[in-house]
Amino acid sequence: MKIKKIFITIIIFFLSLSNVFSMEPDIFVQSTVNRASAILGDNSSKEKKIEKLKSIANETVDIKGIGQYTLGSFRKTLNNEQKKIYNKLFNNYFLISFSSRLAEYTNPEIDVYDKEILNENYTIVNSLLKATNERPQIKIDWRIYTKDPENPLIRDLIIEGLSLARTQKEEFSSIINSNDGDIKALFKVLEDFSNN
Amino acid sequence: MHKKFIIILITTFTLVCNSNADSNNQLLIKKNEPTEVKDCFEKINRGTFAFNQALDGIIFKPVSSVYKKLPSPIKTGVSNSLTNLSNLVTIPNNLLQGNLSLAGVNSGRLLINTTVGILGIFDVAQHLGMPEYENEDYGQSLATAGVGPGCYIVLPVLGPSTARDTVASLANFMGGDAWYNITVRNNTHHVDDIDYYTSRVTAGVDFRAKNYDSIENLEKNSLDFYASVKSLYLQDRQQKILNSKKIINTQDDSDWEEIQN
Repeated sequence: MKIKKIFITIIIFFLSLSNVFSMEPDIFVQSTVNRASAILGDNSSKEKKIEKLKSIANETVDIKGIGQYTLGSFRKTLNNEQKKIYNKLFNNYFLISFSSRLAEYTNPEIDVYDKEILNENYTIVNSLLKATNERPQIKIDWRIYTKDPENPLIRDLIIEGLSLARTQKEEFSSIINSNDGDIKALFKVLEDFSNN
Repeated sequence: MHKKFIIILITTFTLVCNSNADSNNQLLIKKNEPTEVKDCFEKINRGTFAFNQALDGIIFKPVSSVYKKLPSPIKTGVSNSLTNLSNLVTIPNNLLQGNLSLAGVNSGRLLINTTVGILGIFDVAQHLGMPEYENEDYGQSLATAGVGPGCYIVLPVLGPSTARDTVASLANFMGGDAWYNITVRNNTHHVDDIDYYTSRVTAGVDFRAKNYDSIENLEKNSLDFYASVKSLYLQDRQQKILNSKKIINTQDDSDWEEIQN
């Protein structure tokens, strides 16, 4: 009887513990956005802002996963060495492109208002970027990878229904196809982008 | 001449049309899936795209950079009145798509905004609680009827399109757009050709100004700007045809499911 009680207590303890450590995708997005907003709103130089944004991206975005997705069908044709080269190049490209895009905004206000659980791996978080005098309100949805509930990761940004990851995927596909399917052409373009 | 034109229209439709009209959303998604739309004239398209970019740099970009600095109420008024005019194409397309209730709502919106809203400058209908306005065109109606997009085309000045949407847009000049009819086709002595063309150019500037930073950002960070614009345009069309802003309705998730960590 006593053993049973102890057993139940232990189970309840672990269950409550897992709830404490798991992070709801909408809260995760709002906190990430707030962190980015604070950086964009401070008085530091653009270069410093970019470095800080890169560090947030490294923590909260599944860069490797996005890189695999954007390769599309070419993903299956890469050997291990090529995969290593690609992951490194994509990581550099993504961080530069992502942070310099964000750094253009000053103090963006984003409000998370809803979420939709697609399955155990994905939740879509809905948010609104508030209008300014120069642009209208923009709807931004976030595809959150929730396979590890304790460590949710951003996999895509869908702006007014247009997926950035999907756009990137079609862009990469166009580069590879216009070079007779040669993946090295994509490597070169990614390398050139990062060096410029 | 008219007969010839109709024959060309029918031939083009036959090329892009699947004779079985689908009501099924899944088929609509598949048919209008951006990766399924062939870029049959890529070399010509890239040339036209470069021409459009140059034109944008000379005209649209500088004009829209000034326009976007105008006070918000002016820009909102311009945007509202252009949206109000677009109702004249949206309503017949609501009817073509069999959406009678929406045609009624949009007719009410047009009436209220043109009168109380002073030629559409004020969106009174929205304040009265009417549902959010969704633009419809003849390309969307053809797609809903089961016509596939055909090849991707970049039109000079007008930008990205598809074979279906280009052909469908001709309906605007054959009586399908009441605004065109009363300005260009018929001399009503109240409005003239210049009013039509001014409204079209203003719509272009308004669009460019609204998306000014996004376009600059995209161009700066794209590895292949042509491919990015093509993808965004086709995603947008797919979304409009499905009349859905829900990601699960417009995006195929199978590729994401393969990506594991």
